[in-house]
Amino acid sequence: MNILSCLVIIPLLTITGILLVKDARQARVVSAIGMGIQLITAFIIVFMYLSERKAGNTDQMLLMSSYEWFSSLNIYYTVGVDGISVAMIALTSIVVIAGVFASWEMEDLKKEFFISLILLATGVFGFFISLDLFTMFLFYELAVIPMYILIGIWGSGPKEYAAMKLTLMLMGGSALLMIGLFGIYFNSAPDGGELTFNIIEISKITIPIQAQRWFFPLTFVGFGVLGALFPLHTWSPDGHSSAPTAVSMLHAGVLMKLGGYGCFRVAMFLMPEAANEMAWIFIILTTISVVYGAFGAIVQKDLKYINAYSSVSHCGLVLFAILMMNRTAMTGAVIQMVSHGLMTALFFALIGMIYGRTHTRIISEMGGLMKVIPFLGVAYVIAGLASLGLPGLSGFVAEMNIFFGSFEHPDTFHRVATIIAITSIVITAVYILRVIAILLLGPVRDPHYSEFNDARWYEKLSILALLTGIIYIGMIPSGLSGIIRDSIMPVVEKLM
Amino acid sequence: MSLDNFLMMRHELVLTLAFLIILVAEVFTGEKKKEKFRGFAVVLFAVVTAIGMLPAPEGTLFGGMYQAGRTTTLMKNILNIGTLIVLIQSFTWLGRPENRDRIHEYFMLLISTLLGMNFMISAGHFLMFYIGIELATIPLAALAAFERYKNRSAEAGIKLILSSSLSSGILLYGLSMIYGTVGSLYFADIAARPSTAALTILGFIFFFSGMGFKMSLVPFHLWTADVYEGAPVSIAAYLSVISKGAAAFIFIIILYNVFPVIIDTWQKVIWVIAVMTITIGNLFALRQKNMKRFLAFSSIAQAGFFLLGFIGGSKLGMTTVIYYALIYIFTNLAAFGIVSIISERTGKESMDDYDGLYRTNPKLSLTMMLAMFSLAGIPPVAGFFGKFFLFAAAAEKGFYVLVAIAVLNTIVALYYYLLVVKAMFINKSENPITYFKSDFMSKLGLAICIAGIVVTGFASGLFEMIRNLSYGI
Repeated sequence: MNILSCLVIIPLLTITGILLVKDARQARVVSAIGMGIQLITAFIIVFMYLSERKAGNTDQMLLMSSYEWFSSLNIYYTVGVDGISVAMIALTSIVVIAGVFASWEMEDLKKEFFISLILLATGVFGFFISLDLFTMFLFYELAVIPMYILIGIWGSGPKEYAAMKLTLMLMGGSALLMIGLFGIYFNSAPDGGELTFNIIEISKITIPIQAQRWFFPLTFVGFGVLGALFPLHTWSPDGHSSAPTAVSMLHAGVLMKLGGYGCFRVAMFLMPEAANEMAWIFIILTTISVVYGAFGAIVQKDLKYINAYSSVSHCGLVLFAILMMNRTAMTGAVIQMVSHGLMTALFFALIGMIYGRTHTRIISEMGGLMKVIPFLGVAYVIAGLASLGLPGLSGFVAEMNIFFGSFEHPDTFHRVATIIAITSIVITAVYILRVIAILLLGPVRDPHYSEFNDARWYEKLSILALLTGIIYIGMIPSGLSGIIRDSIMPVVEKLM
Repeated sequence: MSLDNFLMMRHELVLTLAFLIILVAEVFTGEKKKEKFRGFAVVLFAVVTAIGMLPAPEGTLFGGMYQAGRTTTLMKNILNIGTLIVLIQSFTWLGRPENRDRIHEYFMLLISTLLGMNFMISAGHFLMFYIGIELATIPLAALAAFERYKNRSAEAGIKLILSSSLSSGILLYGLSMIYGTVGSLYFADIAARPSTAALTILGFIFFFSGMGFKMSLVPFHLWTADVYEGAPVSIAAYLSVISKGAAAFIFIIILYNVFPVIIDTWQKVIWVIAVMTITIGNLFALRQKNMKRFLAFSSIAQAGFFLLGFIGGSKLGMTTVIYYALIYIFTNLAAFGIVSIISERTGKESMDDYDGLYRTNPKLSLTMMLAMFSLAGIPPVAGFFGKFFLFAAAAEKGFYVLVAIAVLNTIVALYYYLLVVKAMFINKSENPITYFKSDFMSKLGLAICIAGIVVTGFASGLFEMIRNLSYGI
């Protein structure tokens, strides 16, 4: 039994465990144990990966295993990881367990909540380990539907509207993606031979350029909807803001990275010629995402909406960097995926905890929280500083790589795009610092605040798990970049 | 007649035997025993299904009018399984006082319909095909009007018989034109003398219209919603799944075997009809509140999806159509099953009455959710696999625009399927349907459907088996 498949089996066993417990309160304990085991498995995989690399294994994908599924269509259940997948798996496992702890106080329909959450996680883990396009697509769609249930039942605000909009737009993206996948599959044997869904095998052949010109935009946009590509990002603000805390954490932190990862691994890796031709269109769109998201965040009054627009901006930056197609920028993209994942999960967790105490998310109604809940306040400040790219935290490492990499292009178009994208740093600083000033500093707004408890043990666990990641990447960037370094090269070489 | 010949027709012979047994048993069943007879009839039909699965010789009979092959055997077995589930689901409804004295009629009529479909599928000559299609349709009209004391039911029966008579007439007219050009009605002869004369194409168009009626394709779908709404729920289920499935099967057989010459014509026709069917089916389903009408329009849209399997004319196409028919049987019967259970218990058939169902009847809601997801094509249930492969069959032959339209329509469809899920799980209600325990037979029917929905997708062996038995042009 391949250890990678454990990443899918452990959540399924956890779900079975939740179904079997008598008392609904125990559902959260089972989830925590299950996802804890998942976290350990993820880090074991990281270590196994690193030791294989150190031993000199230079295959692109390691820890592979393959089972025949629909043999006449050449569909296999193939799994394998490289550095980027490993980083994403580690990110997901941290965010999921942080999400479980952040939902410790969930009251309504506890079992169903945790089952849906873990089902969502299963889809995500499966997506990252799959090397077969069909299996990847199956897990991708699996991850979308629990979102509808989670937001619709446990959300707040215009939850039905937000849930339906989110689900329909994301399924619209996967609809476009499905067409792109058919195009790739039926063109995967241009010189005769068998059609295949396997990513590695497709990457060895060249899909005819005419086909690529149709299917690259479809695939890129299909994944891009999930990665908040302008103008198809509109599901994100309402979706994130109406979702319950853990769902926002998981969605902004991990699911949006599925989009970036998919663009990278499928759209650009398998159709590099079209990527080179059409990158300029998408660079324009992603630059707009980056700046538009940041400006959008400035005018928001609700904490969650600010964070949602901020996620649009940062995920737009991931796609922006991937489109730059050189090693530095792509390294930056992957680091940004991990860094932003941790960061936004931390933000949503904190917002949820603050809301649980003040019962409002409107910034102007709150003030002086640093004095009453210092642990949460300091965590919020660190998260904010990471978001605006303070050196020493992960945001800086990511953005440095991205902007250095994109500036390497000597032509005017790329340079102008880079400069416009860089302005987002300043805009981010504006909205982050403004929120910190109004929300945390200044006079205590309401005398009832002194009754608040500071972070409880499960909240501290959630926060510390995420903070550790952010600080680790910020202080010791060679750790993460060492993991992903070798894996970027095959893709970059194809794109050159 | 040698034993081999007997065995070749065993599906039909066993069905006829069952019919005769029920006919005779009616005479001997006393008043009090009528209810127990239901169980006997269901078991009898289960035996029929099992006998159908035994291996049998292939060949032709009656000078080529009747063809038995492994593909047709597979198709008939699939229809048998579906009919068995329908019978299990109609168990409770048959126990009602107004239906109690007509239990035998019900089974006899249903078996006759199935017999007609079997002959239709095994046809090797257009007259055999026509006999089959008529035998399949007329008892169905009687079944649609089964509930004698309801206006709606009588309306459904009349609408069904009048519309099908018209379409049968048109079908026959088309067949006569084809006879005019070729001089024979044997499938083999028509295929052997390819003719693209205008009369052949006109005959084909009329033939297509007749088949389009059976499959509820647009613009031949106008009878569907009213008949499904008026007929008893199990008959609506039967119509939507078995009747449609059988029509799809024979349609693909005829297109591949008899009309490969005019493939360019029928590809264009199917393209336009598929787009119209899927789009119009979806658009009308959006507004429906009555669950039976809702499922009617949803099945019109699904019929459009079937067409995507036909259009390529490939082996993968036939495989995916048969595969999807099986999945569709389980899925739609699950949905209709739940509608019928709730309708039996509470008489409520509107989507608004389903609000808050999860809080009171969780298992029923979960089953409905799985059925809705399967219809929408969401993993991990079988509908995802079925739809994916169906679209792949169309994409294989380059019909990407059609696939794009179909795929975008699945998003629209997802919206209205989610409305049902939303009603059950998310909407709050002051007086939801109260908790009730369903009886054994209803639960059995649903259990079989759920097992089908969950397993059929992942079990690739099934797909491979179907593929081995399929062929292309």
